[in-house]
Amino acid sequence: MNSASVISTDEAPLLAVRGVTKIFPGVRALDGVDFTLRRGEIHALMGENGAGKSTLIKVLTGADRRDGGEILFDGCSIDPRSPAEAQRLGISTVYQEVNLIPFLSVAENIYLGRQPMKFGRIDWKQINLRAAAALKHIDVEVDVARPLNSYSPAIQQMVSIARALDIRAKVLVLDEPTSSLDANEVRHLFAVLRRLKAEGLAIIFVSHFLDQVYAISDRFTVLRNGKLIGEYDAAKLPRLELIAKMIGKDLKAVEEMSARRGAEPVRTAHQPFLRVIGLGRRGSMTRFDLTIRAGEVVGLAGLLGSGRTETARLLFGIDRAEEGRMEIDGKLVTLTSPRGAIGRRFGFCPEDRKTQAVIPDLSVRENIVLALQASKGWLRKISTQQQQELVENYIKALGIATPDAERPVKFLSGGNQQKAILARWLASRPRFLILDEPTRGIDVGAKVEIEKLIARLCSEGMAILFISSELEEVVRDSHRVVVLRDRKKVCELTGGQIDLPSIMQAIAARADE
Amino acid sequence: MKFRLSRTHIPLLATSAVFALFYTGASFRYDGFFSWTVFVNLLHDNAFLGFVAIGMTFVILAGGIDLSVGAVVGFTSTFVARLIAHQLHPLPAILIALVIGTGFGAGMGALIRFTALPPFLVTLAGMFFMRGLGFAVSLETIPIKHPFYEAISEFSLRVFPVTAILFLSVVGAAIYLAHYTRFGRAIYAIGGSEPSAALMGLPVSRTKIGLYALSGLCAALGGVTYTFYTSSGNALAGTMLELDAIAAVVIGGTLLSGGVGYVFGTLIGVLILGVIQTIITFQGTWNSWWTKIAIGVLLLAFILLQRFLQSSAGRGGSGVANPAMARNMPVIRP
Repeated sequence: MNSASVISTDEAPLLAVRGVTKIFPGVRALDGVDFTLRRGEIHALMGENGAGKSTLIKVLTGADRRDGGEILFDGCSIDPRSPAEAQRLGISTVYQEVNLIPFLSVAENIYLGRQPMKFGRIDWKQINLRAAAALKHIDVEVDVARPLNSYSPAIQQMVSIARALDIRAKVLVLDEPTSSLDANEVRHLFAVLRRLKAEGLAIIFVSHFLDQVYAISDRFTVLRNGKLIGEYDAAKLPRLELIAKMIGKDLKAVEEMSARRGAEPVRTAHQPFLRVIGLGRRGSMTRFDLTIRAGEVVGLAGLLGSGRTETARLLFGIDRAEEGRMEIDGKLVTLTSPRGAIGRRFGFCPEDRKTQAVIPDLSVRENIVLALQASKGWLRKISTQQQQELVENYIKALGIATPDAERPVKFLSGGNQQKAILARWLASRPRFLILDEPTRGIDVGAKVEIEKLIARLCSEGMAILFISSELEEVVRDSHRVVVLRDRKKVCELTGGQIDLPSIMQAIAARADE
Repeated sequence: MKFRLSRTHIPLLATSAVFALFYTGASFRYDGFFSWTVFVNLLHDNAFLGFVAIGMTFVILAGGIDLSVGAVVGFTSTFVARLIAHQLHPLPAILIALVIGTGFGAGMGALIRFTALPPFLVTLAGMFFMRGLGFAVSLETIPIKHPFYEAISEFSLRVFPVTAILFLSVVGAAIYLAHYTRFGRAIYAIGGSEPSAALMGLPVSRTKIGLYALSGLCAALGGVTYTFYTSSGNALAGTMLELDAIAAVVIGGTLLSGGVGYVFGTLIGVLILGVIQTIITFQGTWNSWWTKIAIGVLLLAFILLQRFLQSSAGRGGSGVANPAMARNMPVIRP
């Protein structure tokens, strides 16, 4: 019996999740999910929005408690009730946003809560010595007595890893660890992860960056809509197939699908309304070019985290571009704020309508008039009668199902809330409208209506940037499709080139191809 | 812990400089100001504010606030006096009062933690409750006449009266608690970022309840000191004392948003308030409201200094580069 020292695939898994279910009000976030983690492997959890990755991690790390199923850790059933308990068991997590204390020293951040004591008092000398050693183990040499916030995000990330490891972790969960690191920092991190793996640590890796996932992982577990799709060897699963599984398309069916063309290309007679040249921002989007004409729908396609929303935020002036320029009607402009964008008659329906767009307690009327009033300035109040006329018009035109305009918008269904936000932007008569996931979480009927509305608006001469994770919608509604991957624009498809297989091919292509 | 000069030390140095300036300035101007007696009296006269301010330091370090402390001082003083008037020996009377103060603080801490109500509101309610309770005990000032009190009041080590000794020892204990115990470090962590502290597995509930209990204990200790100082108990004692305590803590360099500060700074803060008072007494012709005006100006200056240090930390290359961290940083927006 020398199996203890030999790492083999026959060995009992370190962590075995069996049929775990987690129910939040109105949604089964995890539905009978299995997940197996072996010693000395890097296992990537893959899935699109709402797949259940973060819920699974939260259940494993004690941030949420499961409603059903079993978790076996080293052969024993566990049910961690808090992150602290999971840590004691040997499951440590490094979160996307550095979760340390910015004002305290690097050394203290590694040992907080577990400080070595001497004569009943904290032994600061030991803390500093051991912290320096722990960081050296992962190839980081810094002055550990300085406050954490005097270092870069990459160093802070490594400090969280040092902390996680120092708890004698057997399982290390890395949730989007690379999102704020540059290429060199990622290489350093991966070198460290490979060494830890060789030391027998089991690592769960979550990332939106496909190249990184393929570079570091041994196996994948793919989730979709809270259900397990399957577990695969990284070496044996081609990218295209992985993407097909993540977005829930059968690859064969996709390939056989009669090429479903996009909308007719817009006649080039239309002047470009917006031209963007080399726009970019570190940690957001690599520089890209984009032209949008009046009366044209440009679709943005890509996986979660590919840079769709980031592109929209740059165009709308929410994030300031660090490089590149922007032309409207051939004239150079600089956008530094959403207010400036609204002044140029841009409109933006953000992705998360609950927290970013709708003001739940205000009435339908107030929600609709908001942007228009803001663009006029608060001093020139729109009269109540004007407001009512305007709002009645839009309620009729968009078919917003509400008993009256004065009802608080929170009582409306998701689809009708979405229409109210659309109405808000339409009321300010934009020339360019950015729609970020306008169809998410609304019923099929409402989806169709919104798609119809998009077609009508652009036939009236509005330029529209359409973002959706439903690739079919992008294919159906766009005159042109821009494909993004890993925060880069990878290609642009026009008219007859627009079909599902081409988009998926573009998403799946490797960075070095 | 090795001492290094960092950004967080700047307010502390500024506070110490202000104190030194006031003290030496006054020493040159007024005869007899630079004397052992004046300095000891500074400690003696401000001990009860000092106790309250030390408890407040921990609360503010953790990102909270405790408005009930002045009322606890009033209640404790009148309660102890009443018990002694009822022939109870002062020692058990004091002990009971300290237990009540601690328990009251713990109760508020538990409410704040488990109902997620803002500390401002919970302790505001606690303030009214305790002030009312003090008046329920007695509307009048209750004099304390007991041999034990006379012995304590007259006792002094060389020239140090008991209150001054007690104050300095509590300062020492608080510094130890803040820097050499896990409880103390957890307070700093919670003030730095409470969600992070929870994810790091720190005992957030226990620490928060513990630190409000500590503040309650300090306030009760302040109330007891008040009875020694005046040989009486009065439900009105400590009115608005919580605001003086907050001022002392902030002037002492503790960030009102939590996470940064030193107990030693609070000691200096208390001494600055005391020295202003003493200067006005020495001058004799000034109205005592000048104390308040001076404190107001100083407070504003120190808040502006903190603001400046924070924003320059945000701009500098060595500052917060990660927006996620920036979100964790408590910043008071104007």
